[in-house]
Amino acid sequence: MSKIVRTTARFLTPAILLYGLYLIMHGHVSSGGGFQGGAAFASSTALLIVAFGSKRVASYLKEHLLVTISCAGALMFIILGFAGMGTTFFYNVFVGSPLFGNVPAHGPNPEDIWTGGTVPLMNIAVALNVVAGLSAILLAMAGASNEPGEDK
Amino acid sequence: MIRKIGISVSFIVMAIMMFSFAVLLHPFGEPPSVMDDYIIENTQQETGTNNAVSAVVFDYRGYDTLGEATVLFLTATAVIMLFRDRKKEATE
Repeated sequence: MSKIVRTTARFLTPAILLYGLYLIMHGHVSSGGGFQGGAAFASSTALLIVAFGSKRVASYLKEHLLVTISCAGALMFIILGFAGMGTTFFYNVFVGSPLFGNVPAHGPNPEDIWTGGTVPLMNIAVALNVVAGLSAILLAMAGASNEPGEDK
Repeated sequence: MIRKIGISVSFIVMAIMMFSFAVLLHPFGEPPSVMDDYIIENTQQETGTNNAVSAVVFDYRGYDTLGEATVLFLTATAVIMLFRDRKKEATE
């Protein structure tokens, strides 16, 4: 792509990554969550593929690494689901514990990031799954096509 | 002919079922819907989560989210599997 697109992508990518990270980490106190934040995070991969071409992006983002991260996210999600197996599947065991254990006051209250029990951890797990999965899909499809974004 | 009759009968049955279920649905916003009130009241105590949507998605209906994550993972695996052979053929 042209120099304008590449420069814009250079400026926009950190902002997209930061916003995706915000959506993931604040998923349990404000709007957002693992799926949405992960999709926003993975859209930076699409921007980089359009701007720099899939070959250059694929040299940094290895396919087996993405698949490993995706597997790790899915595995972490299942393990967190089984963590509450003492009561029920997907029981929130971390409420009241030192890990994300604070309980907010009933009704409107100032945000506290250290709340939610398993919910923020599951947000992170699902986000890993979504980010790596969508990036791998985009890279595989772009690599299989005839490199439309390749800079000649 | 028999096939056409079968297809039209199945369409008619499906249309009747859809319309009857649309009529039989619980009216929106009517009082005896216990579940949403329960979730709004108890989300903050039970899950410690301010965002009730996140609490429903990851806690109350976590099993459904497990299915969603599995679907996405399988999609990624299938797409990689589908496009890998073509890449190898192109290089060889």
